[in-house]
Amino acid sequence: MTSRKWTLSLVAAAVLAAPFAAPPAHADEQFIPALVYRTGPYAAGGSGFFGGMLDYFTLLNERDGGVNGVKITWEECETAYNSDRGVECYERLKARGGIVHPLSTGITYRLIERATADKIPIISMGYGRTDATDGRVFPWVFPLVTNYWSQNTAKIKFIGSREGGMDKLKGMKIANIYHESSYGKETIPILDAQAERYGFTVKHYPVPHPGLDQKATWLQIARQYRPDWVILRGWGVMNPTALKEAARVGFPADHILGVWWSGAEEDVIPAGKAAKGYISSGFHPSGRDFPVIQEILDKVHGQLKGNLSPQRVGTIYHNRGVYVGIITAEAIRTAQAKFGNRTLTGEELRWGIENLNITAARIKELGAEGLMSPLKVSCFDHEGGGNVKFQQWNGDKWVAITDWVAADREMLRPMIEASAAKYASEKKITPRSGMSMGSDCSQKM
Amino acid sequence: MLYREAGEFKTSYEKDQAIFPIPQDRWGVIAVLTFAFVVIPLIADQYWLGPILTQFLVFALAALGLNLLTGYAGQLSLGTGGFMAVGAYATYNLALRIPEIPLVVDFILAGIITAMVGIVFGLPSLRIKGFYLAVATLASQFFLVWLFDHVGWFTNYDSAGVASAPPRTLLGSLAEEGGIFEFLAPINVLVSGPNATPETKYLVTLSVVVVLALMAKNMVRSATGRAWMAIRDMDIAAEIIGIGPLRTKLLAFAVSSFYCGVAGGLYVFTYVGNADTEAFNLERSFQILFMVIIGGLGSIVGSFMGAAFIVLTPVFLNNISALIGEGTLSGAALSHLELIVFGSAIIFFLIVEPHGFARLWQIGKQKLRVWPFPY
Repeated sequence: MTSRKWTLSLVAAAVLAAPFAAPPAHADEQFIPALVYRTGPYAAGGSGFFGGMLDYFTLLNERDGGVNGVKITWEECETAYNSDRGVECYERLKARGGIVHPLSTGITYRLIERATADKIPIISMGYGRTDATDGRVFPWVFPLVTNYWSQNTAKIKFIGSREGGMDKLKGMKIANIYHESSYGKETIPILDAQAERYGFTVKHYPVPHPGLDQKATWLQIARQYRPDWVILRGWGVMNPTALKEAARVGFPADHILGVWWSGAEEDVIPAGKAAKGYISSGFHPSGRDFPVIQEILDKVHGQLKGNLSPQRVGTIYHNRGVYVGIITAEAIRTAQAKFGNRTLTGEELRWGIENLNITAARIKELGAEGLMSPLKVSCFDHEGGGNVKFQQWNGDKWVAITDWVAADREMLRPMIEASAAKYASEKKITPRSGMSMGSDCSQKM
Repeated sequence: MLYREAGEFKTSYEKDQAIFPIPQDRWGVIAVLTFAFVVIPLIADQYWLGPILTQFLVFALAALGLNLLTGYAGQLSLGTGGFMAVGAYATYNLALRIPEIPLVVDFILAGIITAMVGIVFGLPSLRIKGFYLAVATLASQFFLVWLFDHVGWFTNYDSAGVASAPPRTLLGSLAEEGGIFEFLAPINVLVSGPNATPETKYLVTLSVVVVLALMAKNMVRSATGRAWMAIRDMDIAAEIIGIGPLRTKLLAFAVSSFYCGVAGGLYVFTYVGNADTEAFNLERSFQILFMVIIGGLGSIVGSFMGAAFIVLTPVFLNNISALIGEGTLSGAALSHLELIVFGSAIIFFLIVEPHGFARLWQIGKQKLRVWPFPY
C-alpha cells in the first residue's frame, strides 16, 4: 500500500468512527432526546408532533433564553416508527439525560423497563401503556392528559349522547377497527368491559401495518356485521384508507368515530370527499388563534428557525407538539423551582413531572388558553385529568361539536389498578406508598 | 506475502480436514474471537454493546439460519419472521412458567420447538420449489403471527399482546440463593431483564452465536451439507445418487428453524427485553432474506456481513446525519437522505458483486494470496 492509500484509509477510519463519539453535555443546558420519525407511513404524525415540540423549545430559547436561563437542547434521531430503531435511538441518547417522548406505543412498551432502570422519565402524552396511570407502580412513566381507556369511555359517552341516552346503547352494535399493534390493541379490554356494562356488542377488526389493505374488512363490516357505529383506531396512512373504503361500501362517515391519532388534517384531506362528516376525538383544537402559536409563527418561523414547513403550523399534530412542548417545559420549570436553575438529572425531572400543576391562570400566561386544559399530576394519578372534545371534519377544517367530555374515571380506576397490580406482581415491584421519591403517594387524587 | 499457503504442508488427513485449514485463517478467527470475548466487553460502552453489537449478533444468527435453508439447501423461505416469533414466545413461556430451567437451556428448547414447527411448514417443499415455495412459506409467516396475536395464553394475557422478558439467570432459579444448587449462585449471573448488565447480555449472545456458527460451519462441510447442496443444485440428480429429498429438505427446514428460533429468543431476552408480533412481521422476513442475499447465498461469513450491512448501515448513516446535521439541512431532508444513501449502497454493492459480500471477501483473499506480486 502506498502512503497515499494509508492516509486515505486512516481518514476513512476516522470518519467511520467519529459519529459514535458522543459530544459531552454542556453546563446549564437541558438536553431532550428527540426520537422523531419524519419518514415512513407515519411521517405525517411524527413530523407534525416533533416539529411542534421543537418549535416551542426554539421559541423558549429565542425569546427567553431557555427555561429560567437554561437552554433546551436536543438531538434528533430518526426511528421511522420502528421499535428496533427506537431502542437504538434511546440507547444512543440516554447518556445525556432528559425526558423521552417516544410517540409510539410500541416504543413506549419497549422503553418502560429500560427507562425505569436508567432513571429517565418517559412522557407518553395521549398514548402508551394505560395502566402506567398508576404512578405507584410506574414511577417513571407518564401517560399524561388522557390515556387510551379514558378516551374510550368518553367515546362511548359521546355515542350515548348522540343516540339519546346511555340506556339506548343496549343492543347496539359497534365495530372496533384497530391498527394491529400494541397501540391498536390497547383498548380491546376496556371496550369489552363497557360492552358488558351497557349491553352493546362489539367486534374487533385488526388491520395489519401499514393499513393500506382494508377492502375485506370494510366489506365484512358493511355487508355482514352492519354496526351502528365504527370506532377507528388508525394511525398514519391507515386513516384516509379507512375513510375511503367506508365510502366505497356506503358506510356513513358521520358514524365513524376516530381516536385522536386518526383526527388530524393529514388523516382526512387525502380521503377527499369521503371524509366529510367524519368525527374524531381530540384533547386540543387545531388552528392558529392562540398567542403561543402566533409567537411561534413570528419568532420561530419568521426567523427561518422552524422545524416544520410553515404551512403546517396550527394543524392538529403541530398543536399537539406545542402542547407537549409546554408540558415538558413546565415540568422542567417545576423541577427547577425545587432543585435550582441548572441542568437537571432524570430523577429531578421526574419529580418535576410528578408534581406538575398547570392551572388555568398559568395556561393563560403561556398564551395557550383554549389550546390546553388544566393538568395536575400526582404519584397516584400520572394522567393528570384531561378531558376529551369531539370534532367533526366539514370538508375544510375540524369543527368542535361538543364541549369537554369527562372520562368515566370511576369505572376505569379499579381496572387500571388491577392491571398495574398484575404487572407489579409479575415484575416483583412493590408499589410506592407514603412519601416516596419526593412525592406523597398516600393521597388519592 | 502474509497470506500465502506456499510451504504449508498438510501431512495428515486431520490437518487436511480441519475447519480452518489455512493457519492465517485459523489465527484470524482466534484473534477475532479473543477480541470479541475479551477486548470488546472491556472497552465498549452500553450503546455499543446493546443496540449495535447484540442486535447485530441476533440478526446474524437469524440470517445464518435462513442461509442454511436458502443458500445451502436451495429452499426459498419467507417465514423467517414467523419462526423467530415461535422461538421468542417459546423462550418467553418456558422462562415465565418454568423458571427452574437455565435460560440457555430455554433457548435450546425453544429452538427445538421451532424446529418442529419448521418441519410442519416445510412439508410443502416436497412438492413445490422456488417462488411457489416462497409463497407457501408466507402462510407460516401469517399463520404464526396471527396465532400469537389471538391466543392470549402465549403472551400471558397481556392486554397489548406484549411479552416482556422476565429477569432470569444463566443457570435457572435452582442455582439462585435458596435453591438446591445454591453453591452455584456466585457464577449464576442475571441475563435478562432491565437489571442485567449489557456485558452479560452481549457475552451470552456472543457465546450462543459462536457455538451455533461453528456448528453450522461443520454441518455444511459434512455429509449433511453436501446433501443440501446436491438438492439445491439439482434435486433429481441428488435423488439418483441416493440422497432422500424428504429427509434432506425437512432436515434443512428443521435446522434453519432451530437457528431462527434461538435468534428470536435472544432478540427478546438479551436484546430488546420484550416483544410483540410487530417485531416479527413480514418486513422482518424480508429484511433477513436481504441480509442473506446481500451477504452471499451459501456462505457462513456472508450471513454476518449481510446482517452487519442491513442492521448497522442505517444506524451509522443516522449517526453521521446527526453529526453533520446541526445547522445544515432540515431534519426531514436528512432523514430522507439516509434512505437514499442506504438504497444506493444496496444497488452499488449488488452491481459491483452480485454474489454478495462473501464473494467480495473471497476475491479479497485471493488478491492477498498473490500480493505483492499479482499476475
